[in-house]
Parts: sequence; structure tokens; C-alpha cells
Amino acid sequence: MSELLIETEDGDLDSAPMNLQMGPSHPAMHGTIKMRLKLDGEIVQRSDIEVGYLHRGFEKSCESVTWTQVLPYTDRLNYVSPLCNNVGYCMAVEKLIGVTATERCQYIRTIMAETSRIGDHLTCVGASAMELGAFTAFLYAIEAREELWRLTEAVTGARLTHSYCRIGGLKDDLPLDFEASYRVVEKKVRSLIYDIRALLDTNRIFLDRMKDIGCISAERALSLGFTGPCLRSTGHDYDVRKYAPYMIYDRLDFEVPVGVKGDNYDRYLVRLEEVDQSLRMIDQCFKQIPAGPINVDDGRLVLPAKDEVYHSIEGTIAHFKLIMDGIKVPPGEVYSYTEAGNGELGFYLISTGEGRPYKCRVRPPCWALMQGVAEMVEGYQIADIVPTFGSINMIGGECDR
Amino acid sequence: MLVLIALTLLKVVGIVLAFVMLVATIMTWADRKQSALIQDRIGPNRASIGSVRAAGLIHILADALKTLFKEDFTPRDANQGLFRIAPFLAFVPALLAFAVIPVGDTYCPDGAFIVQNFRDVCTAGAQADYFRVSNMGAGLLCIFAIVSLGVYGASIGGWASNNKFALIGGVRVTAQMVSYEVTMGLTLVGLLMIYGTVDLNEMVRAQGTLLWGFVPMWGIVTQPVAFFLFFTAAIAETKRPPFDIPEAESELAAGYFVEYSSMRFALFTLSEYVASVLVAMMVTTLFLGGWQVPYLYGDGLHNPMTGDLALSIPYLLVKVIQIGAFCFKVLALCWLQLQVRWTLPRFRYDQLMKLGWKVILPLSLINVLVTGLWLLVAA
Repeated sequence: MSELLIETEDGDLDSAPMNLQMGPSHPAMHGTIKMRLKLDGEIVQRSDIEVGYLHRGFEKSCESVTWTQVLPYTDRLNYVSPLCNNVGYCMAVEKLIGVTATERCQYIRTIMAETSRIGDHLTCVGASAMELGAFTAFLYAIEAREELWRLTEAVTGARLTHSYCRIGGLKDDLPLDFEASYRVVEKKVRSLIYDIRALLDTNRIFLDRMKDIGCISAERALSLGFTGPCLRSTGHDYDVRKYAPYMIYDRLDFEVPVGVKGDNYDRYLVRLEEVDQSLRMIDQCFKQIPAGPINVDDGRLVLPAKDEVYHSIEGTIAHFKLIMDGIKVPPGEVYSYTEAGNGELGFYLISTGEGRPYKCRVRPPCWALMQGVAEMVEGYQIADIVPTFGSINMIGGECDR
Repeated sequence: MLVLIALTLLKVVGIVLAFVMLVATIMTWADRKQSALIQDRIGPNRASIGSVRAAGLIHILADALKTLFKEDFTPRDANQGLFRIAPFLAFVPALLAFAVIPVGDTYCPDGAFIVQNFRDVCTAGAQADYFRVSNMGAGLLCIFAIVSLGVYGASIGGWASNNKFALIGGVRVTAQMVSYEVTMGLTLVGLLMIYGTVDLNEMVRAQGTLLWGFVPMWGIVTQPVAFFLFFTAAIAETKRPPFDIPEAESELAAGYFVEYSSMRFALFTLSEYVASVLVAMMVTTLFLGGWQVPYLYGDGLHNPMTGDLALSIPYLLVKVIQIGAFCFKVLALCWLQLQVRWTLPRFRYDQLMKLGWKVILPLSLINVLVTGLWLLVAA
């Protein structure tokens, strides 16, 4: 205990640092993590981050279900942007099988993934504002997300756990009036983002709380494996959509916003700017999207039409085999990565040729981000933990799996 | 003697219970409704008696019932005595301070008075203080003395809970309230120099003076800088957002009252609303002319240009109008505080201290200096 005592400057008053257990049940520790803090007054001297409180055994569960049945599990990884996970998983399996989704399917996947990303970024920006006490900005962000969710619900049938993608295609095509209803939502979202920025961007209290707090350098971020907005806020422009374009991202004209210092304010700005870029991408997708089938023409992957199932023996058998045995994925292993809301979401799959994954390993972007949290909060004040942790956007479902 | 006691009790009931507590409880509703308006929500509207919902006003009743019937939990390792008494230490001083606030002017018996030097001067008998609980001369000092007692409730509550979050909140609340009391006091020095009194009713009467014949000499006119400084410092003193760092719910869960439940919890929250009403009343009294309505004196409306009586109004009606004006100003300031609360993010502890000691305090000192020079030149 004696080495914990701090000698004050005049040497006559001793005070020991306070050990504080923050979480796992604490309003700021969303996604249930625990921080063990050593506090010198208000200053965080040391912090120890404990993750794993939301562990559900995602990877193990995947081994006992068919390749298609994994999809609903992926919804629950980053539950704020489930469509990005859907796309990431389906692309991994398709890469292992060696098929490419149809043009139209790729455009629809892009549109939906970007919609999801907007929702993710807005939630993060809003939540970190709320944790600073700016509750109004939070509810504006949530309202914008709500509009997006209503749109997504019209497409996928679910608000949160969409399970929209299928291996080799999609559950359904877009509704006929999708573009029209998207335009309405887009207008609303843009005006809400304008309101959020008007409330926060030049607000002196907000700037003082966000600027130069929770800094991390690009080198350090890279060595910790940061990806996504948190890495880009440090000035590094790594974005899977640019570095290793998948689907149709190489045909879209968009920019990768980067920050300078890697502080909370940069993360905030990068996220808001990415929302703008996502809206831009969706616009281009609507211009380029071709007509055509949404599923690959391969009876081994895609369920036959209902008409065939009910009226032909081949259709019935194909349906039965796909549902009961699952898609037969050729033996092999693959690593496929996409840009999800928080960064590089990787799926490492091993197949032994059965209808079920032998191994489904996820590389969640949050896991790497959490490694940096300790050094991003140390030396700052206890009140700074909140915006820093908020702007990291740790999602328990993805980090702890 | 008995009459005096009965009168005082009546005034306590009328001012503190009927007005202050009513406004404070309605603020709990207005807070939620106001935020809902700002945030595109509906706000509370579910509680009902039969089919009457009264725009969510019944939630006040529901809240009271709920907090009364909840388990009053005391942590095992808390300091039992202090833990239980702390909410009262916070609540009672908040209510006591209203004793010296003049809701209306003194009353002249039989309505016999003349308007002299912009104020009513009684001609028959002594003027009676019907509209404030206590007519002590040092009203302003009394408020400061009582308000500074409020810190004990919060800091003792934070310490006695035996919870680290509560302790941090308690330490923060001590630092914040002690610092901002100093600032609050200093911002008012200029006001004292101009009006030359600490008797709040005298101060309000002095604010009825017309400057250059037509501008009412309200505090906000004579001391505009002090108005903003005092209002800021006073909101900080209430511990309401954006100055709610002692209870910063995101990092400290609920700060100094994290362990409290039931009515003790409600007392802490209610005392913050009561403090908001007190701030509104103090700002009204000191800077917005209290019960004054421009150009309205005991006998009626005066023409500011000529000083003649323009519209004769019965004395009693004038009193009612003045009390109504006071209430209106208080409600407007309460609303303004809600507006601030739902617009701004929260300060950080050190930023708050910096604002208090390095910005507001020097500015108020400069204000004192400038006021002194101005008075010197004017004299």
C-alpha cells in the first residue's frame, strides 16, 4: 500500500489514489464493459479494461447451424449496422464458393449497407453527445436513425435484425417505390444532421470537451490494429472500400475523410463527413443500378421459386435439401473483409464441404479498438472517459461475440 | 402576537407552499414537456385519472405517489444518521431563502399614500409587509447565508452514502457551490453600490425610478454585465445542466445522490427545482424590477414623458397586477433555464472551475471598478 501513497509537494499530506470500478453496469459503459480505474482526484492514472461481459458464443454457435442460418447471428454482431455484417458474411461465403452476386444484387447490397452505416454513425455521434449532456442532439440523431430504420423495415421486414442478405443473393428485391421513399427520408436526415451540427459544431462547451481529448497517433493506432473511423481520425486514410474495393465501390465516386489529431472531435467530424459520403454513394447507386435478377442462377445456392417447390418433385427436393442440409460449400478456407460501421469486419471461414461451417471466426473492428482505450483515457480526467469511450463506438455484440 | 404569527404562517403558506412549491412541481412537468417540444417528442401524457390526462400534468401526482411508496433503501455501510438527514439539509435551506423575497410592494393601510420620487409613500400609519414572509433589512445577505447552507446537504449526502461515485459527486458539489457563491456575491456588488441597500424591497422600489425620465432603472439596465454573470453563476449554483457535474449521470451515474431512493431521492431532485425557482426570483428581484411594472405606481399608470397620471387604477388592483407581473417574470426565467438546460452540453469539472474563477470573477471585479468610476463621475 505504501508505494501507492502520493507525496504532495510540501510533503506533509499523504493521499492514496482511489480505485474505482466503473461498470459493467454503468450508464456510460454501454455494451457492458468494466473499467478498473486508479484515480488521482479527477485524473485517471491507470485504467484496465475488461471486456467479455456480452460473450454469447457466436463463433461456436455458427458451427452447429447451416451456412444460411448463421445470417441471423451476424445481425447481432454490430447490432447498430446489421446490414454491413450481413453483406460481409455473405461475401465471405460467396468467395469460398467462388460465385459473385448479380449486378443488381451488389447495388442493392451497397445501398442497404450504406444506409446502415449512416444509422451507425448517427447513433455513435448522438450517443457521445448525449453522454456530454447534450440530450437534444442525441434525440435528433435517433430520429434520423428512426427514419432510416423505417425505410429499411420496408425493404427487409425488420427494424433491427434484418437478415436481409442470402448467400448468392437477397431475400427480396427493393420495393417499387423505394427510391421515392428514400428521397423523403434523405431530406429529413439531411435536415436533422444540419440541426445536430448547428447545436454542436461551434458550441464552445462541446468543443472544449471534445478537442484534444482521447488523442492517439496514427502509428500507435495502426500498431494496435485500429481500422475504420477511429483510424481515419488519426490521419491515416485506410478504408477497405478504397484499398480493396469490393462489390461496386470502385465504380462510385467518394472521398475518405481523415482527421488530424485523432482526438474525439476528429472522430466526431470524420463520422459526420462519412455520413455525407454515404448519402453521395447511395445517390450514385440509384443512377447506376441496373434491372435484372437479384439472385445468382444456381440451384445449389438459391432456394427454388415457390411455384417449383409446390408443383415439381425436383423443386421440392432442392428446397428440402437446401433447408435441411444447408448449402454445400466446397472445402477450403477464406478470409474476406469489408468496411463495416466501425472498421474492417473480417470473416475467416473454414469449410470441410459439409452444410455447416467448420469454423467461423470474426475479426471485429471493436476488438482492436478496445486495446487502445486504456491509453486513450489515461492522463485525462474521469469525465473525459465518457466522450472518448463513446466516440470509440464499442459495440458489445461485435466485440465480445 | 398571535395575529402576527397567524399572518406569518399565512404568508409562508401563500408564498412558499402555494407559489414556490407549485412552480417547482410544475417545473418537473414543464422540464419534460419543454424537452419533448425541443426534441420532437410528445412527452409525458400517460398518467390519467379516469380518462383525464391533462396534458401530462397528472404525472406530477403519479411521481409523488410513486416516490412515496417506493422502498426507502439505506445502504448497509452508509452512515445511517447522516444519510437519512442529508436530503432535508438540502431541501430546507432551499425553501428558507424565499422568506425575504418581496412578491409585492408594502401595503399602505386604508390605501392612503402619495406617489413621491417614483414610489408609494404611505400617509396614514406604517406600511405593512403583506407580500413577503420576513421584512428583515439585510435580505440579500440573508439569502446568501441560507443558500450557502445548501452545500451541506449535498456533500454530506455524497459522503454518507459510502459510495465512491457519490463521494466524487460530493466533493465536486462542495467545490462548485463554494466557488460560485463567491462569484455570485461579487457580481452583485455593483448593484449594491447603485441602489445603496441590501433590503430587497427597497431595492425593488429603487428600480421604479425612471432614468432620463422614461427608462425604468431596473438592474438589467444599470448593470447589464452583472445580469449575465449573476444568472450564469446562479444556474451553476443550482447544479442544473449544463452545470450538473456533481451528478453527471454519464460518468458518475447520479453523483452525490446515487444511493438514494424513494422520497429522499425526490427531495434532492425537488430541491434543485426549488433552487431554480429561487434563481428566477432572485434575478427578477435584483435585475428585472421585481414586482415593478413600468410606469405603474400605486394610483395608476403614469405618462413617462410628463409624469402625470395617465390612467387611474384602484390601489388593490395595482397590487394584483404587480404580483402578477412578478409571477410572470419568475415563470419566464424558469422557462429560460429549461431552454438552456436542453440546449447545452455539460461542462467538465476543471472547465467549470476555470469559468468561475478565471472568467466570471475577474469580470465581476472589473464590473465593480467600472461601476465605481461611473458613480464617481456621475456624482
